Amino acid sequence: MPVLEITQAVDARGLSCPMPIVKTAQAVKALPSGAVIELLATDAGSIKDVAAWCRSTGNGLIEQSSDGAVYRFVIRRK
Amino acid sequence: MDEPLNLVLFSGTDDKLQAAAVLTAGAAALGKPVNIFLQYWALEAFRADRIARDHGLAPEAGAAGRAAVDALAAAGQSPWADTLRQAKELGGVDIEACSLSMDLLHLQQVDLDPLVDGVEGVTAFYLAAGEGQVLFI
Repeated sequence: MPVLEITQAVDARGLSCPMPIVKTAQAVKALPSGAVIELLATDAGSIKDVAAWCRSTGNGLIEQSSDGAVYRFVIRRK
Repeated sequence: MDEPLNLVLFSGTDDKLQAAAVLTAGAAALGKPVNIFLQYWALEAFRADRIARDHGLAPEAGAAGRAAVDALAAAGQSPWADTLRQAKELGGVDIEACSLSMDLLHLQQVDLDPLVDGVEGVTAFYLAAGEGQVLFI
């Protein structure tokens, strides 16, 4: 399996709701289809929000993890 | 997600404007159109010479509420005007001043922050709102 190449990192650590999603939407808007975005966030709401946003917008949530303090999401632009 | 979210903003305190900005940015991130209609004290808060000022909090906030809001701001929460600016950059967000409130407050569009797209009456607002929900804040 090829290593996933991150097209753009979005650092939303320390930002409160809804800025992690707003930053992600801004990044996705500027990137071509198939681009891979890595999002880092500390807002606990982002767990459900990122999943809901991906489902609603049709972008793919391909990885999700947390080290307890920081949530990491990898999203593939549709 | 085709029906717009329609917000009538009446209150001009920072907490209510922040809540409205969060709802707006969330909808914009989902690609949902947002129509905002500014009336009374919310419109006054969008005056170019006042938008960055402290607009206070709703009476129910009290001293503890004030401290909680200040702590969130100190932790880096964007001011509501910045949140709205970012929402507008995503597209689909239209902010209109109520023409009656403009008369009430003796304002011209040049007196307002550039976040405000124009001035309209309630009929134009309802036409833009379509079948979407209307929230009054």
